[in-house]
Amino acid sequence: MTLSPGTRVRARLADPDHHTRLPGYVRGQTGEVVEVAGQWPLPDDRARGITPPRVETVYTVRFPAAGLWGSGTHSVVVDLWESYLEEAG
Amino acid sequence: MSAGHAEQPAAVRLRQLEERVLAAGLATDAELDAVLARLYAEASPLNGARIVARAWSDPGYAGRLLADGNAAAAELGFDTAHAGSGYRLKVVANTAGTHNMIVCTLCSCYPVSLLGPSPSWYKSLAYRSRAVREPREVLAEFGLLLPPDTQIVVWDASAENRYLVLPARPAGTGTLAEEELAALVTRNGLIGTAAA
Repeated sequence: MTLSPGTRVRARLADPDHHTRLPGYVRGQTGEVVEVAGQWPLPDDRARGITPPRVETVYTVRFPAAGLWGSGTHSVVVDLWESYLEEAG
Repeated sequence: MSAGHAEQPAAVRLRQLEERVLAAGLATDAELDAVLARLYAEASPLNGARIVARAWSDPGYAGRLLADGNAAAAELGFDTAHAGSGYRLKVVANTAGTHNMIVCTLCSCYPVSLLGPSPSWYKSLAYRSRAVREPREVLAEFGLLLPPDTQIVVWDASAENRYLVLPARPAGTGTLAEEELAALVTRNGLIGTAAA
């Protein structure tokens, strides 16, 4: 999966028992890819001592505040590993 | 009689953590001391201020800084790509209509070598939870009152992707030399909780 800037994506709703860098406040929310932020080891794997950890593309994703909180005109930008995301279509 | 520093709960927890690291063979005492010594000797918001002053003085540098923060920081001698485990440095520029602000909601990630040790409020639950929800109100509490039509963008950092704000060059500074410009830049400005 390669997501180009402008692609609409949805953060997964998963709520794992282990450490993750998918913040709760974006789970299930729809945003837009701003850019690719490189390839990085998956924190979920590193925190569990899984070697080697999966290395994934990280995407910079912009979420409108109105979607996250029901109000607000700002936007919040979060760097999310590929497995945290699905295409929103 | 007040408790000595070593009796403070945080210090005790820190020493216990150090002992676990040493016992596991992950690092030696000397290596931990060297990391701390380098941090206190070299990590400073003066570094971030130098980067900003260069960007204000040299549009070519500003362009390179926004395109590749690590490479532009390295031009001034700051090695962010290999500091610790290395990270991607992303620089975001304030403009007439856009204000950027940095937070790390899940912990306190931030480019320490360029900003110095993080302020306690940056690590506070209040800042971390409110910055993404009501940034305009939080900025007002810092004394930064933005025009209503300024678009606010909040960047939620991770260990792998860390951010630095490039503030807008203050008006009336056209004749200042780069060193004088650097003196106008504050740590809060580099985080986005001040104008510069």
